Amino acid sequence: MEAIILQILNGLDKGGAYALIALGLTLIFGTLGVVNFAHGALFMLGAFVAVTLNHVMTLEKVVLSETETTAWGTPLEIRTPYIEDWFGETGAFLVDYSVPFALIVAVPFMLMVGIAMERGLIRYFYKRPHAEQILVTFGLAIVLGEIIKKFYGANPIPQSAPEAFAGSIDFGSGIVYPYWRLVYLFFSLAVIGAVMAFLQFTTFGMVVRAGMQDRETVGLMGINITRRFTIVFGLAAVVAGLAGVMYTPILPPDYHMGMDFLVLSFVVVVVGGMGSLGGAVAAGFLLGILQSFASMQEVTSILPGIDQIIIYLVAVVILLVRPRGLLGRKGVFED
Amino acid sequence: MSTATAAPVSKAIPQVGEPKATSKGDLMTLAIFIAVVLTAPIWAIPIGAGYPDLLQKFAIFGVFAIGFNILFGLTGYLSFGHAAFLGGGSYIAVWSFKLLGMNILPAVLFGTLFGGLFALAIGFVALRRSGIYFSILTLAFAQMSYNLAYSVLTPVTNGETGLRVLRDDPRIFDDKSGGYDGTLIGNLFGLEMTGYTAFYFCASVLIIAFYISQRIFRSPFGLMLRAIKNNQTRMKFTGLNTRPYALTAFVISGMYAGLAGSLMAVTDPLAGAERMQWTASGEVVLMTILGGTGTLLGPILGAVSIKYFENIFSAYNKSQLLDTFSFLPDSIAEPLVSVLGLFVGEGWHLTLGVLFMLIVIYLPGGLMEGARRVSAMLRKRKAEKTDASSGQTTPAE
Repeated sequence: MEAIILQILNGLDKGGAYALIALGLTLIFGTLGVVNFAHGALFMLGAFVAVTLNHVMTLEKVVLSETETTAWGTPLEIRTPYIEDWFGETGAFLVDYSVPFALIVAVPFMLMVGIAMERGLIRYFYKRPHAEQILVTFGLAIVLGEIIKKFYGANPIPQSAPEAFAGSIDFGSGIVYPYWRLVYLFFSLAVIGAVMAFLQFTTFGMVVRAGMQDRETVGLMGINITRRFTIVFGLAAVVAGLAGVMYTPILPPDYHMGMDFLVLSFVVVVVGGMGSLGGAVAAGFLLGILQSFASMQEVTSILPGIDQIIIYLVAVVILLVRPRGLLGRKGVFED
Repeated sequence: MSTATAAPVSKAIPQVGEPKATSKGDLMTLAIFIAVVLTAPIWAIPIGAGYPDLLQKFAIFGVFAIGFNILFGLTGYLSFGHAAFLGGGSYIAVWSFKLLGMNILPAVLFGTLFGGLFALAIGFVALRRSGIYFSILTLAFAQMSYNLAYSVLTPVTNGETGLRVLRDDPRIFDDKSGGYDGTLIGNLFGLEMTGYTAFYFCASVLIIAFYISQRIFRSPFGLMLRAIKNNQTRMKFTGLNTRPYALTAFVISGMYAGLAGSLMAVTDPLAGAERMQWTASGEVVLMTILGGTGTLLGPILGAVSIKYFENIFSAYNKSQLLDTFSFLPDSIAEPLVSVLGLFVGEGWHLTLGVLFMLIVIYLPGGLMEGARRVSAMLRKRKAEKTDASSGQTTPAE
């Protein structure tokens, strides 16, 4: 029993990451009808926002005896050295919490990246075939990955969680679970809830949902649906970026982590059903949990290698049995 | 979900650069192709590609891309899993070396056959869906093979180390008498596959592969595949079961991939799982697109240009760049080199990504489309010139 609960817990944080990326993917697909192979790269960019912020903070701590600060950076970063200089405790606290603080930096940054990407590239591909959308975003993903590699090298850069969350929580009876994974789980649930609530309970969200149903009619009613969809793209980028920021203490980021997660997230989207938000979230957690179950000793001793292929295997079965995915809507990308 | 998502299948990559579909034209193309391929060691020297390793790569990836084009270009199914067949072919070929001996004929034969069988198994499942679902399914299968090759199948694939031929392997047909146990280089009845010999073997395979592809393009079967690409639904409504045709195309392209994989093992008798990774699948997609999807010559052109530029770009480094631009004043040369430095050497993949995007954005028909456009422009200009010179040939309306 303990083992089962532990495996479910283990699967949840990974599932949270899958769900967050898949949520953005399916949001983009549902609104813009674009298959975005560069979405994993956005996840990676988010992770490297955390890396950069940590880098900047610790860098300035070294030169903090000098009065000058580096010329670039956000207001938060400029403030840090002074605080550290004057209040050593608070400064150390900021460095310690660099990952959560990176969230604040990541939101505007990812929003900008997302909107720039949509306006600069994706919008020319609305009318082009899916194959070309896949290919151009695939190229973009390579480019983004290589740029990161150029600046940060090919090796993973470990990030530490804030010290308060560094340990493990003991639920008793042998269930030990790292704090940060628990934080990640709640964080992903909160973000998913926020996105869903945003789409469900605001006027903006209502228009977007209407646009997902029938873009043309919404446009005919005099609503600038294109601009809203651009913002949705930015939103999806932010979600992927935040997922990346918070994931850094769990998995040291490197330049190809985006690609690794992208393949899995695509499988998640397809299993959940193209264009279905709830399906993406459910499938993300489901596959995360399945993966952690499959890597149990008891399972791998019966079916060796199952932990490596379980996600793909499930995807194959689901696609063949339920072609639309778990919660796919009728009429969405059927061919 | 209205117009935005319903991508018309018929618009998927326009047919470009079709040479005249006459048997005479085909023969001409084939003759020129053979001549170009066989003289490659000569014309490759001035462009700095005149060494056998690279030429072998041209031929091998040419075969791979031709096969992929039969599926993607002709039938319109975008597979992201062809690396699995390539890697599988390599493994089988090396196993053939290990068990049967260093003769390359069985290796190539079994590699091709295995590619076909593997494709049959995967295609049987994956072809139940089309569009992006098909891409994801093939990707899923390829990733499964890759992960398995790395983990559980280690006894067969030798995992991370890669599979290689060893001195004490059985190699039952090899002559091991008299203390001499034969070299570990692939041979064709004694003819060792190194250098230009290996290139000419790969080149002959490439020519045969090209000829078969040409026949498929011109056959009723090829026409059927094109019809599937254009409008599968309509084909179904006319009461035709399209799946056997698509499956056949898939198996054929899988065989091509297996053949290419076994050729890799022929030129260098080892195989590793990284050949199965999905980036390898992406590479062949890029080759096909770059050259021109759905054209006969395009994929080979794409394969050659990518391998060529990969070789050129990744060999460059900063100091060489500085040498190249030493004629410029330092203030210009330094920043220029630091910018260009991003794209050479280790940064070759960046160049590849940028190239990928530029091609898809501006030239979805690939190099063949580019060539066609240029020739159309030239012809137009020529026509205008003759018009202008002959003066009153265009009467006023």
